[in-house]
Amino acid sequence: MSDHAPAARALDPRLEPFPLVPPGTTPAQLDDAILRPIETFPTLRWWGAFAVAMSMLGLFGVALTVTVLEGTGTWGLNQPVGWAFDITNLVFWIGIGHAGTLISAILFLFRQHWRTAIARFAEATTLFAVLCAIQFPVIHTGRPWLALYWLFPYPNHNGIWTNFRSPLEWDVFAISTYGTVSLLFWYTGLLPDLAIARDRAKNPFRKVIYGFLSLGWNGSARAWHHYERAYLLFAGIATPLVLSVHSVISFDFAVSVVPGWHTTIFPPYFVAGAIFSGFGMVTMLVVLLRRFFRLEHVISERHLDVMNKIMLATSLMVGYAYAMEFFTAWYSGVLYEKFVFLNRALGPYAWAYWTMVSCNVFVPQLLWIRKFRRNPWLMYPIVILVNVGMWFERFVIIVSSLHRDYLPSSWGMYAPTWVEVGLLVGSFGLFFTLVLLFVRLLPAISIAELKHAAAAQQGGARHG
Amino acid sequence: MAERTRLAGVVGLFDDEDSLLAAARRVREAGWRRWDCHVPHPVHGLSGAMGLPPSRMGWIAIGAGAVGVASALLMQWWMSAVDYPVLIGGKPLASWPAFVPITFELFVLFAAFAITGGLVRMCRLWRWHHPLHDSGVMAEVSSSRFAIVLDARDDRFERDGSRLLLEEAGCTDVRDLVEEDGGEDAAAAPAPNGARDGGHP
Repeated sequence: MSDHAPAARALDPRLEPFPLVPPGTTPAQLDDAILRPIETFPTLRWWGAFAVAMSMLGLFGVALTVTVLEGTGTWGLNQPVGWAFDITNLVFWIGIGHAGTLISAILFLFRQHWRTAIARFAEATTLFAVLCAIQFPVIHTGRPWLALYWLFPYPNHNGIWTNFRSPLEWDVFAISTYGTVSLLFWYTGLLPDLAIARDRAKNPFRKVIYGFLSLGWNGSARAWHHYERAYLLFAGIATPLVLSVHSVISFDFAVSVVPGWHTTIFPPYFVAGAIFSGFGMVTMLVVLLRRFFRLEHVISERHLDVMNKIMLATSLMVGYAYAMEFFTAWYSGVLYEKFVFLNRALGPYAWAYWTMVSCNVFVPQLLWIRKFRRNPWLMYPIVILVNVGMWFERFVIIVSSLHRDYLPSSWGMYAPTWVEVGLLVGSFGLFFTLVLLFVRLLPAISIAELKHAAAAQQGGARHG
Repeated sequence: MAERTRLAGVVGLFDDEDSLLAAARRVREAGWRRWDCHVPHPVHGLSGAMGLPPSRMGWIAIGAGAVGVASALLMQWWMSAVDYPVLIGGKPLASWPAFVPITFELFVLFAAFAITGGLVRMCRLWRWHHPLHDSGVMAEVSSSRFAIVLDARDDRFERDGSRLLLEEAGCTDVRDLVEEDGGEDAAAAPAPNGARDGGHP
């Protein structure tokens, strides 16, 4: 529409790796296919999945209640391991979120039009993952009802402020900004589709709800004119934001003096790992989404293929980081650094280290084979293992560095209690519950963007 | 309550982007000010055809971002160096490099809120009513058709003449745009979408 918005240009078929929608798909068919899940009564399978997710969420509630009533003493934390499952889960969930922003913002700026089919869903997983993530730093403070006072600089009659020189405080701002901006970006993207849902609604109740949520969007060209610019700007600010968030999280470790943490490779290493794990999660869910909601024509095998290629690339990046950490430790000549890395690979947590390396570096090499990138049955075990491996990566970084640091007399071991396991499993319950509700209540694929892409595709074919 | 309807304008519906673009150019050349297109997705070249000035959204974002940067620096400096000076590890009270991450985050946060606010303001959101709904055209537009709306409040509006303009511009489906007269709502009805932008350089 406007001359400066990249998405507005007619697609050059030579630059597109594959058609975004099957040729000849009409807009009405897209409406029908994408809105069907929110316009029909959920299937038994959905209810089954929802029941499982809700049970896991119930476990989260139990573990949370125990933590809040009894305190963090119910966790397995003790000196010298003062961070374990809590911060592992935080970093894991924030990492999961990164794929959504990469897909919606960075790939948008790079004009990767194939992102259209998965961007909305991936953004939603970002939001839910951030929501899961923020539970952990808040409850690990022990008294979460005071967390606002500890975390945010708000005027209080003690006359004290937060310490802005601490990376933990940077984290507070980074994560809360990330969550807020992701929400605004996602909601902005939803407006035109909510209007479609409103206009198709037969039930007056639905019409009012979707009408209210759509903020009265009416497809005005003057509105689109500003909207496209806003979308581009959102992508422009979300891109450095997403890179900053995991960098800041890595500062929690890198700015400290703990061996194995105090290293400059952390920011890019964390960002690559975040994108890797996020793509693992998004691929895992998208495979189910396209199958159960019969969206195989919109999210094609080619989409899965490209996503798996990104996973392969980021897997190589984290593999490089694992190797480079060892090299740096050796090359530094620092006794403690060298020890920490040998201890990771050969010490009491070696099983966790090798789980991480196997799941994140060895197994994803199968993705070099085209069949593994395209066949959902073959890729599924890989993406699940990637999620497992990336959780273990954070566990290894945190626990194996802490449990044996400078002073052998203060070495110790860590094992989680059922409360911590409950919180981890429960956070997946929270995440899956939200995902299941999302796919039944809101359009999981951006219909307006897809129509635009389809029109541009046909236009490109016509003019090109 | 007996509902009355009033003529809010005329609407021309098109099935493809090229005819819409051609017709939009015609309407613009005819000197219309209160008119708009309604489309299911952005149409390449439509802003140019309608003669819309570039969106000011970028300035809004950068302005708000600058405010964010200034507030972040001022807040951190005042809290750490003036109001609550605590020496930590012998580092300077105003440790500017340590203030960079939060400064960046607030730049993004302020810009994002400004973009959202600007969008609500400039796209005239939070205004749920539009005559397209009363005329039953909205569903067609949000699904797949392209519409040009000539607003009855434009000085040039004259029902038959306006219909003729759209027909001459190649539209085969011209309809009256009616608005249900809801009493006070209609009396207080604000300008239609985008009317204040004028749409002319």
